[in-house]
Amino acid sequence: MATTTGSTSANPKVNYKYRRNKARQEMRAHVTSFAMMIFLTLIAFIMVMSGFDKYYVFPVLLLLAGIQVVLQLYYFMHMSHKGHGAVALFLYSGALVALIVIITFMTIVWW
Amino acid sequence: MDMEQKFTSKTWPESPEKTTLEGKNKFLGFWLFLGGETVLFASLFATYLALKDRVPDNSHALAQDMFELPLVFIMTMLLLTSSLTSVYAMYHMKNYNFKKMQTWLLITVGLGLAFLGFEIYEFNHYVHAFDHTFTSSAFGSGFYTLVGFHGAHVVIGLGWFILLLIRNSRRGLNLYNAPKFFVASLYWHFIDVVWVFIFTVVYLMGMVG
Repeated sequence: MATTTGSTSANPKVNYKYRRNKARQEMRAHVTSFAMMIFLTLIAFIMVMSGFDKYYVFPVLLLLAGIQVVLQLYYFMHMSHKGHGAVALFLYSGALVALIVIITFMTIVWW
Repeated sequence: MDMEQKFTSKTWPESPEKTTLEGKNKFLGFWLFLGGETVLFASLFATYLALKDRVPDNSHALAQDMFELPLVFIMTMLLLTSSLTSVYAMYHMKNYNFKKMQTWLLITVGLGLAFLGFEIYEFNHYVHAFDHTFTSSAFGSGFYTLVGFHGAHVVIGLGWFILLLIRNSRRGLNLYNAPKFFVASLYWHFIDVVWVFIFTVVYLMGMVG
């Protein structure tokens, strides 16, 4: 059995144009964030190819990856929409454990 | 409400993936799963980083000797583009355009298959040109476990899309299958999120040293 809730309007026809428009605008934002991801990826590859020192390259690479992942999560995976509170809790809890695991393994394994 | 109810583009709800209770549960449960996947991949990344370039003697190839940027770049572009095409598919899902959603999902599957082809070539190349295998060194074990696990996710994602497309090929869109398509596309984006860290941490940082 399925329950219906919320979002369906009593008179969807009134909403139709507005919704189409909103969806189109959102799609445009997605294409923009895609272009940014490509751009960030290009910077990352060019930086590695141009052979800078690793203590300079590593933080920048991680920063670029971080920005790209945020774009992916908040735009492509819609975390910027409302109703994603529990989602953020799950994901950030996972990310916190991830960080601890990585720091731990890198410092205590093979020493 | 009847899950098989027919809609038109004007009566189709704004968030069809979350209109039914089942859809809402799927959505929440799937994100919980993705939180768990984050931890899973973190342990694999941590293992890889701890074991990177740990080889028994200097006859073994290291990360810098093997990795080739052009190949990684092509794979990155393929997966990144496939992420955009699955966004397009969900855009058409929300506009109640089943045909276009199918088309964009098929393009996504095509790009994913191309990615997989390059990855198989890559692994095959490492094994034959560098004797870099799963059991040749700690570095090999760490590398194939991490990148291979991601590759397995790609395989599962592709299988998921293909099964959904076949299973629903004549059904059209309704509140029963909209959450299914939506969740599969979330999974596909997550695969791309993991790849962003793989190309950065494994390949780019591996090339620098």
